Amino acid sequence: MDVSQYLEIFIDETKEHLQSLNEQILILEREPENVETINEIFRAAHSLKGMAGTMGYKRMQRLTHDMENVFSEIRNGKMKASAKLVDVLFKGLDALEQYLDVIINSGDEGTEDNEDIIKALNDILNEGIGGQTASAPAQAQTQTAAPAGTAAAVAPAQAAASESGVKPVNLAEHEKSAIAKALSEKLNAFTITVYVQETCILKAARAFLVFKALEELGTVIHSEPQVQDIEDEHFDFDFTVVLLTEADAETAKKKVENVSEIKMACVEVIHPESVVQPEAVSSGASAGNGAAAQKENTNQASAAATQQKSSKPVVNRSVRVDIDKLDDLMNLVSELIIAKNGLVSINTAEVTGLRESGFNEQIEYLERITTNLHQSVMKTRMVPIENVVSRFPRMIRDISKKLDKKMELYMSGEETELDRTVIDEIGDPLMHMLRNAADHGLESNEERIKAGKPEVGSIFLNAYQDGNNVVIEVRDDGRGVDVEKIKKKALEKGVITQEQATVMTEKEAIDLLFRPSFSTAEKISDLSGRGVGLDVVKSKIEALGGDVEAKTVLGAGTTFIVRLPLTLAIIQALMVELGQEKYAIPLGSIQTIEDVLLSDIKYVQTKEVIHLRGNVIPLIRLRNVLDVQPDDFAPESLTVVIVAKGDRLAGLVVDNLIGQQEIVIKSIGKYINNNKMIGGATILGDGEVALILDANAIV
Amino acid sequence: MEELLSKECKQYIVVKLDNEQYGIDIRYVDNIVRMQRITRVPKAQNYFKGVINLRGEIIPVMSLRLRFELEPDEYNAKTRILILKADSQYSVGVIVDEVKEVVTLEVDSIEKAAYDPSDEKSRFLYGIGKYNDSLISLLSILEVISDKEMEA
Repeated sequence: MDVSQYLEIFIDETKEHLQSLNEQILILEREPENVETINEIFRAAHSLKGMAGTMGYKRMQRLTHDMENVFSEIRNGKMKASAKLVDVLFKGLDALEQYLDVIINSGDEGTEDNEDIIKALNDILNEGIGGQTASAPAQAQTQTAAPAGTAAAVAPAQAAASESGVKPVNLAEHEKSAIAKALSEKLNAFTITVYVQETCILKAARAFLVFKALEELGTVIHSEPQVQDIEDEHFDFDFTVVLLTEADAETAKKKVENVSEIKMACVEVIHPESVVQPEAVSSGASAGNGAAAQKENTNQASAAATQQKSSKPVVNRSVRVDIDKLDDLMNLVSELIIAKNGLVSINTAEVTGLRESGFNEQIEYLERITTNLHQSVMKTRMVPIENVVSRFPRMIRDISKKLDKKMELYMSGEETELDRTVIDEIGDPLMHMLRNAADHGLESNEERIKAGKPEVGSIFLNAYQDGNNVVIEVRDDGRGVDVEKIKKKALEKGVITQEQATVMTEKEAIDLLFRPSFSTAEKISDLSGRGVGLDVVKSKIEALGGDVEAKTVLGAGTTFIVRLPLTLAIIQALMVELGQEKYAIPLGSIQTIEDVLLSDIKYVQTKEVIHLRGNVIPLIRLRNVLDVQPDDFAPESLTVVIVAKGDRLAGLVVDNLIGQQEIVIKSIGKYINNNKMIGGATILGDGEVALILDANAIV
Repeated sequence: MEELLSKECKQYIVVKLDNEQYGIDIRYVDNIVRMQRITRVPKAQNYFKGVINLRGEIIPVMSLRLRFELEPDEYNAKTRILILKADSQYSVGVIVDEVKEVVTLEVDSIEKAAYDPSDEKSRFLYGIGKYNDSLISLLSILEVISDKEMEA
């Protein structure tokens, strides 16, 4: 069955179910009696199993099935969620995630059976519910053994395409023995592949009639796909059954073909020796079907070919969009068309005066629409940060167990939305910072008690929107960073000189943490401390157009603050003029715009500063910084754009303000030396290119 | 690498710079446009004149004259910008005095240029092509547009 078209949905939904399982099992660990949670877990596990089965991922199905057994017993109150069980369940979830990864990469679930997890699950199951109900898990085991056996044999069986139109079947041991027994009792055993007409609408109903007809003749001991799947119409246009009967092949064939909308039935006798060696299915088919079977065979071959093609990973990244948002977009697009028609009609208007006013009106209208359209499109790209952070509680739990350190993760603002591209990239840096906090930030439990802190360490992950930025804070209440230790380390490594160390502010010292290969951890653990940490975090976040800073109080904890732009491609910017050149300054970083008299400029260490509402702000002459051709422009007062980077301010001196504008950010490519001051370029209305200044790099 | 890819013949766009003729492998050339307004990029390499807007794409433009340390360009009606696409993502434009013609050179008529370590600019040249009576210096485009000094 070709299920590749469902692959994307499967992957998305499996991820969701796995995530929900992770969350719920975490709750279960804390509150083993929570009925609501147990029900939720059971539902998720059940859907997961169903989906895996439908897609034909037998190993995945088997593992979820066994997990579901456990959940079912917990739900029925027959056993408790012990710590050991939770550990095994988490291992199971990890294994399922691995399956999913393999599926995403190859379209196939791989060959890992995870026997140890299944065994551990069943052991706990047996232990948990004791002797009386021992038969139930045993039964479960045999049930699962069958599909597992099938799964193992699927590949070779598919490779050996049958020549008679009868598809090879994979029989479990007990089915083979049943056939052998029947044969010894002079019954006939047939493998029958039934082809339903492709125009048939109620395939399941026809299949049911086929089963009914066959059951009149004898016993159906095996079917592929399984009876349940056939009933649910989870098959293409053919299915194969094994029939034990007194009747002969021709009777069976007629009986099946009497059912309407059945294209044909191919019958094959099962010989005693084939029961012993199932791969060697003999080709003794009904000769009359030869030609038709041949044709069918080519069909099969081409089907197999397409299946092979589609097994390549063609999983596109997708965003789920609220239908309301799409409606909004549709409305805006229709308005856009109306606006365009408006312009067309003005163009044909006769009276010039009318033309002028109508034109301006339409431009304003158009502007409103494009702004709304931009916002709506951006909204459809927005994804709550929850998608990334929801896996962190589980991670912290694992780290806590591994390090034998008690800690708790508190998260807030998970609903804060970010652009999909940012969401995809931000996961790793955040994970790194959390690991850092857990591993190095927090002290051991003993140290904490000694320091008079609560034994359980706390890590906070807060996300919130701040103007045009989204801020994510990772905070711990651990030991904090020892600034002197950083300086010493930096000196040892030759990163800074002794003089630099003495004049260095605390903030500058902490910024050293973001230098490459700089780790103050005394011992390297497999969690973090290899010195390939914060610099990677920093470069990743900067690549997303954001920045990261650290604050620390010795003995009370460390906070990492990540700032990310809300949207990437289109921003509001202030256009400014420098000589003949135009530059754009992103509005997000601008605080205020000031008119400063030349006489108000003060000097500190020969650098120009202004004193503004209690702040001393350094002045940066953009003309000099950007090597603008000097001319005789000598105004009496300076136009100063005050920009902020974190809590640091700077005043950029410009010649003229042009105005606020919505601009599209474009890259200037990799060949030209891009000195970080230029964050990209944009194309103005007249086709001219203006460069975008990155205030963060200039300040 | 260039020889491996060549089969018998290669086509080159011949451009003029000062009084020398240079050949640029045609497979790198995406487009040829007239001189247009260039926006200066501060702190860029001296041979990069800035960026232009080519149908909505921002493309950095370098002066081949400055790259080869010749006299600065004097733009006139014959000045052209060749848009080169060396990798799938980024394009780069080069300013030349004049675009003359497209020639097909047989591999036999190309003489490998000797690499002279003492001459920085010799790495830009990968061969000399003989066409009729004239000589054409064939450029190693990848060397020309990539910036060794910057990477170092």
